[in-house]
Amino acid sequence: MILFKFPSFKNIGGAAAILLLSLTTSCNDNPKNKDESGLTTVKNDTGLSLPEGFSGSIFADSLGAARHLAVTNSGNVFVKLGSLKDDKGIIRLSDKNKDGKADEQSGFANYGGTGIAIKDNKLYASSNTSVFRYDLDQEDMPVNMEKPDTIVYGLIDRRQHNSKSITLDNGGNIYVNIGAYSNACQEEDRTKGSPGRRPCPILDSAGGIWRFKAEKLKQTYDGNSRYATGLRNVVGLDWNAKNNQLFVMQHGRDQLHSLYPDLYNEQQSAELPAETMYALNEGDDAGWPYVYYDQNKNKKILNPEYGGDGEKTGAPEALDPVVAFPGHMAPNALLFYTGDMFPARYKNGAFIAFHGSWNRAPEPQEGYYVVFVPFENGKPSGDWEVFADGFAGAETIESPGDAKHRPTGLAQGPDGALYISDDAGGTIYKITY
Amino acid sequence: MKKIISFCLFLCFIGLWTACKNSSEEQKEEKSVEIEKPAEENQAGKMDTEIKYAEGKAVYQQYCVTCHQSTGSGVPNLNPPLKQTEYVLGDKETLIGIILNGSSEGLEINGKVYSNNMPPFDYLKDQEIADVLSYIRNNFGNEADAVTVSEVEKIRGNQ
Repeated sequence: MILFKFPSFKNIGGAAAILLLSLTTSCNDNPKNKDESGLTTVKNDTGLSLPEGFSGSIFADSLGAARHLAVTNSGNVFVKLGSLKDDKGIIRLSDKNKDGKADEQSGFANYGGTGIAIKDNKLYASSNTSVFRYDLDQEDMPVNMEKPDTIVYGLIDRRQHNSKSITLDNGGNIYVNIGAYSNACQEEDRTKGSPGRRPCPILDSAGGIWRFKAEKLKQTYDGNSRYATGLRNVVGLDWNAKNNQLFVMQHGRDQLHSLYPDLYNEQQSAELPAETMYALNEGDDAGWPYVYYDQNKNKKILNPEYGGDGEKTGAPEALDPVVAFPGHMAPNALLFYTGDMFPARYKNGAFIAFHGSWNRAPEPQEGYYVVFVPFENGKPSGDWEVFADGFAGAETIESPGDAKHRPTGLAQGPDGALYISDDAGGTIYKITY
Repeated sequence: MKKIISFCLFLCFIGLWTACKNSSEEQKEEKSVEIEKPAEENQAGKMDTEIKYAEGKAVYQQYCVTCHQSTGSGVPNLNPPLKQTEYVLGDKETLIGIILNGSSEGLEINGKVYSNNMPPFDYLKDQEIADVLSYIRNNFGNEADAVTVSEVEKIRGNQ
């Protein structure tokens, strides 16, 4: 038996067939079609590969660090920038002649950040400590551009995992991620041999989702605003209107090999732990920092900082994910598709933008694409599949700095088009069917 | 007969496989250059991509590569680059201090802030620290004088 080192293939037969095919055509080591759904992908003039029947346009480019984005009922697009560009932190884009490309651009807001959302003609946007609100006029222009209402303030920002992603439900609540400023709640962060703290004191003010009133001004931690805990860092989250439930994507922990070389080899550390999707209810605990989710064993494994050995399970009461993806791909946006433009199988399913990994080195990096998970009756009804690929501009990414574009945000237009933002090249893509 | 055909196919397959494998390995070596290169060839300054202070590479691969990446480019917004930066190429005392004590203050480098904490690596031997710092100061397009064991000893002693 000859063992080929092609970690991304689940079955050897398929791997061998594709390998043979690539060997007989040329010595091009580029056999992988990440789309496991069997859909034919077509190269698009945006540089992206999309399933057959879809097309795309560059709606805008060179915006800067385009994080999340939101689209109004009239199709105007607001993009939150991670850091100020030309002294602006939010960009408003308009496509007056409806050719799929923005022809009008303006900016406002004097803070960088990630979160942005629109609800009932109000625009919500977050810095790394606060959430602000703007009233939109009939032209979708913010009327209080210089003086937004402060909805939430004083959230913890210790640099690591400081983006405050937001989403709103249909009951007047806004949900804010507060990421843990730590990898695994060790006494000394990311330090070999440093034990995990139990209980983890970070969880008081971070490592979870907090819920506030969308209408109420000047809220902050008040002892009962924490909605769910045990989530290391959530960047992508969305309200699932079908289930009437909050869904989130967690970034799993880093560095199993470099901190515990005796327990995990480089390959295991590249694949583990899973990046996880959770369906949350109030009071839920997803188990960080005590456990991580192993997508091969389908179990919550005790973190080595808390006495784990890669096999021992832990935190039986903690929530199980509804979908588990390979490690470190960095899910930065989640969107439940409710439009009518795409084929019926996409309706109510989840799009996820994977920003792309760094923590798989020296193994090749993964992610840098948008995937789709079909849903039926509020639950995943099939395997995840790559929906849009080619952002990075190269087949193999050795290091994230090499990627030309990195998918970061997702939004749905009133016509059902899908918008994708990129915080490396500052591009906004519009995908239509 | 069937067996012979499948054996031939098998040989053919292996042939193609090794051919490709070799060519891809060669490509890799072009990028990273073998460590065993004789010193006189190194001094000829043939290629910028040659590994200088190669003893430090092993330390780098074990402790640094995940965050700072094999190209020294770091990770945007998270882990700072080692290429063409003042904190790597400048004052050696500061650099040795970062290795020994780690860094949790959010370094601003070339106008960008990097958010992850760096742990202390005080458990590395003085020789390993000198090797890895000399390696990062002289690869990824960097050029600066080496860090010696006695310099590391001195900084560690002062702490």
